Amino acid sequence: MTDASTPIELPRTFEEFNEQRRQSFLKVKDFKQAGGRLVGYLCSYTPLEVIDAAGASGVGLCGTSDEVIPAAEEVLPANLCPLIKSTYGFAYSQKCPFTHFSDLIVGETTCDGKKKMYELLNELKPTYVLHLPQGRSREHEREGWYQEVVGLKEELERLYGIQITDDALREAARLRNRLRRAILALYDLQRSVPPAMSGVELMSTMFAGTFNFDVRAYVESLERLCEQRRAEAEASGSPISAGAKRILITGCPVGGVINKVGATIEKNGGVVVCEDDCSGERTNRFMVDEDAPDILRAIADRYLKINCSVMTPNDDRFAATLEMAKKYQVDGVIECVLMACHTFNVEAARMERAVEAAGVPYMKIETDYSSGDLGQLETRIAAFIETL
Amino acid sequence: MVSGERFLRLGIGLDIGSTATKLVVLGADGALEHTDLMPTGFSSVDAAARALAALEAAGLAPGGGARVVATGYGRVAVPYADKVVTEITCHGRGAAHLFGPGGTVIDVGGQDTKVIRLRSGRVAKFAMNDKCAAGTGRFLEVMADRLGVSQEELSALARTGEPTRISSMCTVFAESEVISLVGRGEPRENIASGVVESVAARVATLVASAGGTAPYYLTGGLCDNGYVVERLAALLGAPVTTRPEARYAGAIGAALAALDLG
Repeated sequence: MTDASTPIELPRTFEEFNEQRRQSFLKVKDFKQAGGRLVGYLCSYTPLEVIDAAGASGVGLCGTSDEVIPAAEEVLPANLCPLIKSTYGFAYSQKCPFTHFSDLIVGETTCDGKKKMYELLNELKPTYVLHLPQGRSREHEREGWYQEVVGLKEELERLYGIQITDDALREAARLRNRLRRAILALYDLQRSVPPAMSGVELMSTMFAGTFNFDVRAYVESLERLCEQRRAEAEASGSPISAGAKRILITGCPVGGVINKVGATIEKNGGVVVCEDDCSGERTNRFMVDEDAPDILRAIADRYLKINCSVMTPNDDRFAATLEMAKKYQVDGVIECVLMACHTFNVEAARMERAVEAAGVPYMKIETDYSSGDLGQLETRIAAFIETL
Repeated sequence: MVSGERFLRLGIGLDIGSTATKLVVLGADGALEHTDLMPTGFSSVDAAARALAALEAAGLAPGGGARVVATGYGRVAVPYADKVVTEITCHGRGAAHLFGPGGTVIDVGGQDTKVIRLRSGRVAKFAMNDKCAAGTGRFLEVMADRLGVSQEELSALARTGEPTRISSMCTVFAESEVISLVGRGEPRENIASGVVESVAARVATLVASAGGTAPYYLTGGLCDNGYVVERLAALLGAPVTTRPEARYAGAIGAALAALDLG
């Protein structure tokens, strides 16, 4: 719990940071010093409306850089997903201002690696873990998840000494839905041939949004961006070549490989027209029923629909991918699996069958945040695009 | 030397692999005019320069109607290339030219192994080994060195031995495993046989994962290694066809692509 009189401390290693990192630390420190509430989260299953309704800013803490992985490997095994290692590494090395200044980190029991990492993260920062069910087809799973969301609400009420009202939750749901619609509208611009913008630009925009303190300002900026891009495309056409092969990226979160995989696709004659990952359309297409009598239950229900490979069975994911492949007139699907992500890696066998049965070429790549496999990755991606 | 008239249209394919650089020149009719094979060495820039010198010496300098397509991992290091195409596409095309428009191409290279399924002479699907040297020419090279024999001797030895199981997939770990086998006094021919078996098994798994089906064709540096070809055929349960020019499949595919440039 923070109030304006408590001094907010910078990490001990602050002086060693580069200018840009120092500036971010000072910015977040000012936000906290002014009484701002900050809650870190990792996964798309985190019910953000509950954090919003607590008057807190939710920031995404998923690690996307290999910079802190050597530090993380002092504690974690090397043979672990880079996202998990990077996330822990930022907390461990105190190099991420959002992690450092979070009042609480919220996680879920998604994959085994994350679940156990949270126990170690909790030693560095208070971490609250929601128990996510393994599936969504059984009634007790839905009920259990609702109880978990109630638990998070109560945890935040305790932490900040507040009451989270239904009105606040409903208002948050309306704003978050508006954000989801703004994101979908932006994605929709990629349906035209050629798409309105490069996938790298779009993915980077979405990624930057996870560090936003103010949801309303973010929604408005996305709505403006969408209008601007639409107008530009209408006035002067798209900057993308009409012959670029249209790629759908599916699989693990791509935030850490936008430049490694996304840019390689676009440098080799492709363009990413659809991002089918947890920060992409796969997740943002689900809305909260804003007018539901029990708003907290409606919020819980919405999040349980998310098609992550941690769920079993997860057949809805294949159906959604095929629908998007059609909607975006995709030439090929690239599944990006982060090293040691067992759930997406195993599920890929079924995704491959589903996509190929629909007559769309498919390729799986497995990679991490390092640059060690760039050469081989580029050969695979370029060769795949040459076959389209 | 070729006559001035035919010089107007030539396809030059340069395949700079991790171990060897392959150079192929095709006439406008697709006939093989020239082939060259040289070690890539430390620098692919240097290999590209040596290939250019070889072309000039043969009176086949690029320019005019002679177009160049570069492929292989060093493809970006060829300043005189008109176009760059990946080795997957080039191997597929070269193999289709040598063997026919369908089937499965297995290319065991120095750094990686590729399995390419051909349909109507085009690449329908491909798989590559993960970023590791298991099941590649490099694996054989390291193990031959460790056993103190040449690659040809390794195959000859392997043919006479009973395979000792090499369980490590990783080249570095497998080398340690071989060292301990040697230390335990395991006969050299048995270890050699185990090494060949390990490569063949790894390649067969990659073929299965790519959904490869007969007929099988072998291209790349191992195509003149009769024993590896034999073991691979046994594991796949179907003949594996190869021919001496198959080593140049990537360069042939690149040269065909160069002819397309007109």
